[in-house]
Amino acid sequence: MSETAHYVASRLATTVLIVLGAMLLLFALSALVPGDPATALLGPAATPEYAKRFIAEMGLDQPWYQRLFTFLGNILLGNLGTDVLSGRPVTRVIADVLPYTFILTFTAIGLAVAIGVPLGCYAATHRGSVLDHVFAFVSVAFIAIPAFVIAIFLLLIFAIWLNWLPVLGAGEESSWLDQAKRLILPTIALSVGWIGFIARLVRSSMLETMGENFIRLSRAYGLPSRLVTYKYALKNACIPTLAVLGMGVGRLLGGAVLIEIVFARPGLGRLMFDAISTRNFPVLQGAVLVVVLIFVLTNLLVDISYAAIDPRIRRQGSR
Amino acid sequence: MTGFIAIRRTFGRIVSTLGGAVGTVIIVVVVGAAILAPLIVTHDPDALDILNRFSGPSAAHWLGTDHLGRDLYSRLVFGAQVAMLVALIAISSALVLGTLLGILAATLSTRWERVILIVFDIISSFPSLVLALAVVAVFGPSTALVTAIVAVTLVPHFGRVARAQMLTLRNAPFMEAERLLGTSATRIVLSHVLPNIAGPLVVLASIDIPVVITIEAGLSFIGLGVRPPLASWGTLIYDGYAYLSDSNIPVIVASAALAVATLGFTLFGEALRDAVDPRLDRGGH
Repeated sequence: MSETAHYVASRLATTVLIVLGAMLLLFALSALVPGDPATALLGPAATPEYAKRFIAEMGLDQPWYQRLFTFLGNILLGNLGTDVLSGRPVTRVIADVLPYTFILTFTAIGLAVAIGVPLGCYAATHRGSVLDHVFAFVSVAFIAIPAFVIAIFLLLIFAIWLNWLPVLGAGEESSWLDQAKRLILPTIALSVGWIGFIARLVRSSMLETMGENFIRLSRAYGLPSRLVTYKYALKNACIPTLAVLGMGVGRLLGGAVLIEIVFARPGLGRLMFDAISTRNFPVLQGAVLVVVLIFVLTNLLVDISYAAIDPRIRRQGSR
Repeated sequence: MTGFIAIRRTFGRIVSTLGGAVGTVIIVVVVGAAILAPLIVTHDPDALDILNRFSGPSAAHWLGTDHLGRDLYSRLVFGAQVAMLVALIAISSALVLGTLLGILAATLSTRWERVILIVFDIISSFPSLVLALAVVAVFGPSTALVTAIVAVTLVPHFGRVARAQMLTLRNAPFMEAERLLGTSATRIVLSHVLPNIAGPLVVLASIDIPVVITIEAGLSFIGLGVRPPLASWGTLIYDGYAYLSDSNIPVIVASAALAVATLGFTLFGEALRDAVDPRLDRGGH
């Protein structure tokens, strides 16, 4: 048990360090904004008096170490600052759009697993067959082609030429069906790359597992082939898949930025994009921090959960 | 000479697979277009011809024109140049820096090794596109900035591989012999370490090319990368997307070019990995 505790503790420490690093970087970036921050934020039309008051309110007249201290303290208290444009707390602004990004990301992961795992299983159990080769090529194509390009093609084909699905926006607040319809194309666009990735990963790790001694032994004992393949081999093949999914959340969030822009969907990505074009730094800072937090925490969760599945990993980690 | 033979044999293995052959053809076309861009274009990529905007493919404009009447084929060719330049500069700087840090991590004291590895962890813990967004928001979009950000996010890739390779190499008998003979560290690194760890690093570099192309195009697509009027595949897609209701040819042409290029580089990179990776020989059992 202490082995596990040690592993979890060391992963936690790294995570804290990473989050701290991210906060320092964000602070450094905000301090590096070229030109006078008040003019940059308020625009040249602001009166000198207003600019002065703004600077005092934002604490921009204090020395940098004091601002850093306030910055870190505020984040720890859950205060990410104020939206320069609307005057609302950044945390509220983010909380409003976060569900959209979460829904998109999780449906995409779900779809990727639901299609990728069976594809990989089939390819591994029918190695060398025609379909195996076809899947292999399709997987590479899926992985290689950028998600936003796939998004654009989906939009062209299904929304413009065929006119099957509505796109743009998240849909009417009241209509559950409308929202679901508008989720279909973004989800497919975001998950395509991961379908390819997961299919290949499951295939290769299943093949690797099936060559191992414990599988041969189970076969030699005369256990049913189905049981050996789907219970033992698949279960072991899941470990790398889990690890990749952890890494994937971060990449999916990055991909979601572009997808949300293509489909004009509200969400964290869209929020960052708008914050950049309106030079709304507090919102951008808060959104980036939230993305990093989600990313780091999922990684931590995945690391810990696969250490729980596979004892070999925690032994390795604590050394 | 032996190096040359090894390269020829590896290349032979790459083109003998279907994916590798297709990838090689695509790469030759894209790289060729990038190098020969000024010679093979039919128009000045920035020349406006407002009267002929959104004209379809014709003898004068092979792929038609965009919303300002600019020749799409010529812009696409110059877009290849931008993509290749960004990929080349970003990956080679990440390769050099990552290899250096990786070798240092494996040879310096455990404390420094820890520091370097934690820095790697921090860099990889940022989703690169989001990091790019934050930096671009502060300094404004520019090609140089995009290249630098991509390079930084790739450093840990190379650093980790270089370190792992160095660790296995460190205790090899011939390395010990060199040290006993009093060979300087620089000389050991140059004549023994680098040739021995180059293979996996080159494979990694080639696999990273499509990743870099995608990030550059993605950032340019949302207006945070290459600045107009410079033609990048990302800005071409953006322009086409913005005028989708007028004509869908520009967006199709530009997205298809990007998709084919990333697919080609991925196919080549994977064929190269399979050709270099001796573990593949194990697959026959």
